[in-house]
Amino acid sequence: MHDDSPVAVAHQHTAPTSFIRKYVFSLDHKVIGKQYYGLALVAVFVGMVLSWLLRLHLAYPDWHIPLLGKFSPAGAPGGVMTPEYYLSLLTMHGTLMVFFVLTNAPFAAFGNFFLPIQIGAEDMAFPRFNMMSFWTTFLAFVVMMASFFVSDGPPISGWTAYAPLSAIGKDAGPGLAMGQDLWAISIALFCIASLLGALNFIATTLDLRTKGMSFARMPYSTWAWFVTSVIALLAFAVLLPACVLLILDRLAGTSFFIPGGLVLSDKLQPHSGGSPLLWQHLFWFFGHPEVYIAILPSIGIIATILPVFARKPLLGARALVGSMIAIGFLSYMVWGHHMFVSGMNPFSANLFSVPTLIITIPATIMTLLLTATVYGAKMRFETPALFCLGFISVFISGGISGFYLAQPSLDTYLHATYFVVAHFHFVMAVASLFGVFAGTYFWFPKMFGRMMNETLGKLHFWLTFLGVYCIFMPMHYLGLVGNIRRYSAFVDDYLAPLIPVHRFITIAALLTGAAQLLFFWNLAWSRFRGPIAPENPWEATSLEWTTTSPPPFDNFAGHHPVVYNGPNEYGVENPDGTDYVMQTAAPKSA
Amino acid sequence: MGKIFAIVLTVITLVSVAFFAMHTWWLPVDISTTGPAVDRQLDETLIGTGVLFLAGQLLLGFFAWTAIDRKSTAKTKTFPGGPTPLLTGAILVVAIEVFTLTFVGSKAWAAIYLAPPDPSSIRIDVQAEQFAFYFRYPGPDGKFGGVHPDKIDDGSGNYFGLDPANDIAARDDIVAASLVVPVNHPVALTLHSKDVGHSFYVRELRVQQDFVPGLDIPLHFTATKTGKYEIVCTQLCGLGHYNMKAYLEVMEEPEYEQWLKTQEGQ
Repeated sequence: MHDDSPVAVAHQHTAPTSFIRKYVFSLDHKVIGKQYYGLALVAVFVGMVLSWLLRLHLAYPDWHIPLLGKFSPAGAPGGVMTPEYYLSLLTMHGTLMVFFVLTNAPFAAFGNFFLPIQIGAEDMAFPRFNMMSFWTTFLAFVVMMASFFVSDGPPISGWTAYAPLSAIGKDAGPGLAMGQDLWAISIALFCIASLLGALNFIATTLDLRTKGMSFARMPYSTWAWFVTSVIALLAFAVLLPACVLLILDRLAGTSFFIPGGLVLSDKLQPHSGGSPLLWQHLFWFFGHPEVYIAILPSIGIIATILPVFARKPLLGARALVGSMIAIGFLSYMVWGHHMFVSGMNPFSANLFSVPTLIITIPATIMTLLLTATVYGAKMRFETPALFCLGFISVFISGGISGFYLAQPSLDTYLHATYFVVAHFHFVMAVASLFGVFAGTYFWFPKMFGRMMNETLGKLHFWLTFLGVYCIFMPMHYLGLVGNIRRYSAFVDDYLAPLIPVHRFITIAALLTGAAQLLFFWNLAWSRFRGPIAPENPWEATSLEWTTTSPPPFDNFAGHHPVVYNGPNEYGVENPDGTDYVMQTAAPKSA
Repeated sequence: MGKIFAIVLTVITLVSVAFFAMHTWWLPVDISTTGPAVDRQLDETLIGTGVLFLAGQLLLGFFAWTAIDRKSTAKTKTFPGGPTPLLTGAILVVAIEVFTLTFVGSKAWAAIYLAPPDPSSIRIDVQAEQFAFYFRYPGPDGKFGGVHPDKIDDGSGNYFGLDPANDIAARDDIVAASLVVPVNHPVALTLHSKDVGHSFYVRELRVQQDFVPGLDIPLHFTATKTGKYEIVCTQLCGLGHYNMKAYLEVMEEPEYEQWLKTQEGQ
């Protein structure tokens, strides 16, 4: 029922007054967006500290970390972690980063805060669902973190939790008893939360666009959140039952993922008839689209921010949106490229390889359009702009290595090496986080009403940009030598000579991590001490910049914006000397 | 600031490419009949993607370098020709590269994974378990004994669960902790797992294949150089994963026959 009335669905709730309803169990999408952002910050901090510990252990295996020994006397006796504790921390690093950071920050956090405002709505379509999805995510996080405190620690099966290692229980090794139960339950909860969130985003985008906000006029970030929601709806709908089956295998004695005749801990396991490959298919049917759930919102954020600082329209905006949709569609046809050497029929490798390589075409289109937008730009090199340029660079670097891994004949050598680690960190983790950084420096004034510190921001950018290349570029070389990932130590004659390279990476990781403290400090300091932000500090065109910073409870103070223009009107010459046209600016004849 | 970005990006790009071009860290020498095709595929991919990488990064740097000063009164410029020629060109280049790579590469893949093993291959049964590999040769009768998971007993060395008391074929099976093969002779492996997922990876053979519990997975190769090479596990299998390895020993034919005889005697 999207008719001509400004906002089809009125704001169903009024501004709350109690602390609990205002800041804790809030129905306001802006508060929920901030809650997601806060949760992602906590998760990214834990994930980052874990990566320091992992890197330290790889480069300096005998180094004692007394605090770690105190935290887990069994996992790190005397401060030196055991091989199984290394794998526990590795699993938690991957899980926290992929689910609670890369899914939450660019998609759930910014999407919640800005999607409704960018389309001129007063809130999400289903505010109660929205609150429920955040608090379910929070519960999932608590359950996941609880695995640090159970007797044999977090699971050791990696963020991919391959069966039957993940399905059998304590006979498979330490960390695979209650820790793995908690992991499966947490991820199942996360799936439920993400499904609710995705439905909400889709309904909001379809139904709550204000008058004049046609699809063609939606900002690219909104497009990205919308396409991502559709991907998430289909992807988490597969991971959820997969997790339920895993829980049943573990707790109810079923055998979905466990075949017969397995002997673990000298015991013949009482299972029969299951298929370990079934888990891999279900997991990667989710897992590959998940990569796009992590990266598409950041692409949309960059495509929205870059023109603001380039002071010219994004080149080929329609092609960019088309590429996003194409990637969303193709993302469901490529999951088997994670499984070239997994034991599935080797004929299917070609089937999965071709669409994987075809994905490079829309990805190349998006990269080129962003790059060509920098051509002839009147660039304002503020921090968000720097992160946009950095994003393009790391996205190229991460995309290029995809050419290698998409080919089964090269995957046969490079699979499970550090080459893969380099690839997915560049293209999914670093690129996505650069989108989050750009988004944070750009939108912080709108979210909190204060500007962030530019000097600290620029310093943060340069250290991070150099740092990520120092960390992840050498991992390609390690992969070419055949350095296998997920090893807690390099004890043999073949890998030991590579330890100096690992030391270099570790030092780079510690320094780059330390640079992130500048970001945390900038967030905290600017929140209370930053200069007061004007309504539209960056001279941007989309609707969030037509309202106060921060926006009032109903976003537009009872007023319903009417949209006349697309979001891409930069580089024009107005009589008043400005060079942009707001989306709400009525044409002169009106 | 744009110029600084351009300089930093160019330095990063050139240093990154230099280490690839100089082969500072590189693959170990190839010792298999199927490996050269993989290496050739890698070289072609390196050149193709190297050009794209350099072009992409340097172009970005160049555009940042030449960005118009924010205080200038000059107008911004649109990319010459707009998006259509740029995208058409890019799609053509990438599509040609993609399909060439796929076409050439599928032959390298097929030689390893799709072609049937040579009928004269030596057949060896490989079992992976937490955290070791065991290799079984059929013995003089040329037949493998049946496998009985309930009879597996690492304590007495019955890693495969053989039943020599009731199974004649099992009596002469040879079980070894190393994969010993003659040089230039095709070898056909059957991979199976005792417990969880593992993987068989020999860098020098350019071959990797997972063990999947419940499945018998075929894999074949022909080693062309004698020597001792690592077989390592690449599929996360538990706490001892980092240390799960065995050795591939490639011997001259007479030496191999001698080794086999010694094993049979035991």
